[in-house]
Amino acid sequence: MSTRHVLLGLLAAGPCHGYDLKRQYDARFPQARPLAYGQVYTTLQRLVRDGLAAVDGTDSDGGPERTLYRSTDEGSRELALWTDQITAPAPFVTNEIFAKVVVSILVAAAGAPTGPDGRKPDAAAHLRAQRAAHMERMRELTALKTAPGADLSTVLSADYALAHLDADVRWMTTTTARIDTLTAEVNAA
Amino acid sequence: MSTREPRPSPESSALISAHGLRKSYGRTEALRGASLELREGEILAVAGASGSGKSTLLHCLSGIVRPDEGVVTYGGEQLGLLPEGRLGELRRSDFGVVFQFGQLIPELTALDNVAMPLLLAGMRRGPAQQQAGEWLERFGVRGQAELRPGEMGGGQSQRVALGRALVTGPRVVFADEPTGALDTLAGEQVMTALVHTARESATAVLLITHDAQVAAYADREVVMSDGVLRSGSDDVVGQEAARREG
Repeated sequence: MSTRHVLLGLLAAGPCHGYDLKRQYDARFPQARPLAYGQVYTTLQRLVRDGLAAVDGTDSDGGPERTLYRSTDEGSRELALWTDQITAPAPFVTNEIFAKVVVSILVAAAGAPTGPDGRKPDAAAHLRAQRAAHMERMRELTALKTAPGADLSTVLSADYALAHLDADVRWMTTTTARIDTLTAEVNAA
Repeated sequence: MSTREPRPSPESSALISAHGLRKSYGRTEALRGASLELREGEILAVAGASGSGKSTLLHCLSGIVRPDEGVVTYGGEQLGLLPEGRLGELRRSDFGVVFQFGQLIPELTALDNVAMPLLLAGMRRGPAQQQAGEWLERFGVRGQAELRPGEMGGGQSQRVALGRALVTGPRVVFADEPTGALDTLAGEQVMTALVHTARESATAVLLITHDAQVAAYADREVVMSDGVLRSGSDDVVGQEAARREG
């Protein structure tokens, strides 16, 4: 995620200081890693350096003095360019689940036991266990988004994560059904 | 609307248990030794591909179909030993059913569809319609009370069907792909309504679905494949292989 563009987007609503930007970021992207204060201030300084944001005075609000930042016209243009740009679909074929399943099949085909107990890898059992782990996370996310009073950011974020986990589960289901064919293909290669 | 005690702990006793169910249609084996337990107040998803035997399992557990082999026990009673009259009584009072396409009576209004199970149980028309109206209100379709199924959207029809399934205060609801014909948001409304109501009233739900996002509303999941059930959480990697080799 481009932190500089997200901060520019938050500044589009009006001048704001770093502490509030961090709070807004964490609230809008609850499934993302919380933004470190240091990263907020470093990013704001770079935005100012590049002419995309400017210092808009200070406020203290009864506490320590804090610097307010605002977006510039150039910042607004940069933000529009970013939001208009289509994101290239990610190459999910390098996903770790996919790699583990294929390697499990390869190792099983080689006939060599692995691990301290000498057992062979079992791709089908691995897929079932992985599905159970995915389903557990999907239950947590479903509970989160259907809780009374869940805000829009939480719902959208949970929807996004659920859709991706669901795609994994569908792939696992299909792969479980294909596993014999897949094993034969790997053996023949 | 009737409510029972708060939701029990996961360790509570089995409301329905099935052991070794087998059922064939001609030469096709739909169930090949399926076993499961549905606990009091639990929401259990049965996932699996089309044709894996999920709906046949639901029909056996709800007493609609008798298995060729195996035992289904509900509240201590073996369904296979019950006379048809007692089975019919259970289906009217203790079981609620929701299907993929609602299966509401097309000639009746939404209000009358929901009131029907109460009328069949002997309640007078006035109180039955009042209770039915409360359920429509609860599921956000009070405004559709006088519409017939053909005049409502799919999501609205399914929420009416939920009202019909829950109006008698059943101990268990059997839901067979309840969102299968709906778009994502309409499906979400139906599942949220079903799950919130079930949790409030400690009603057990057996949820048949091929959709992982729908199964994620349940407390746990079992997966049906080729007529047998397995729980994914039992599949800690390596255990199965170790068992086989042991």
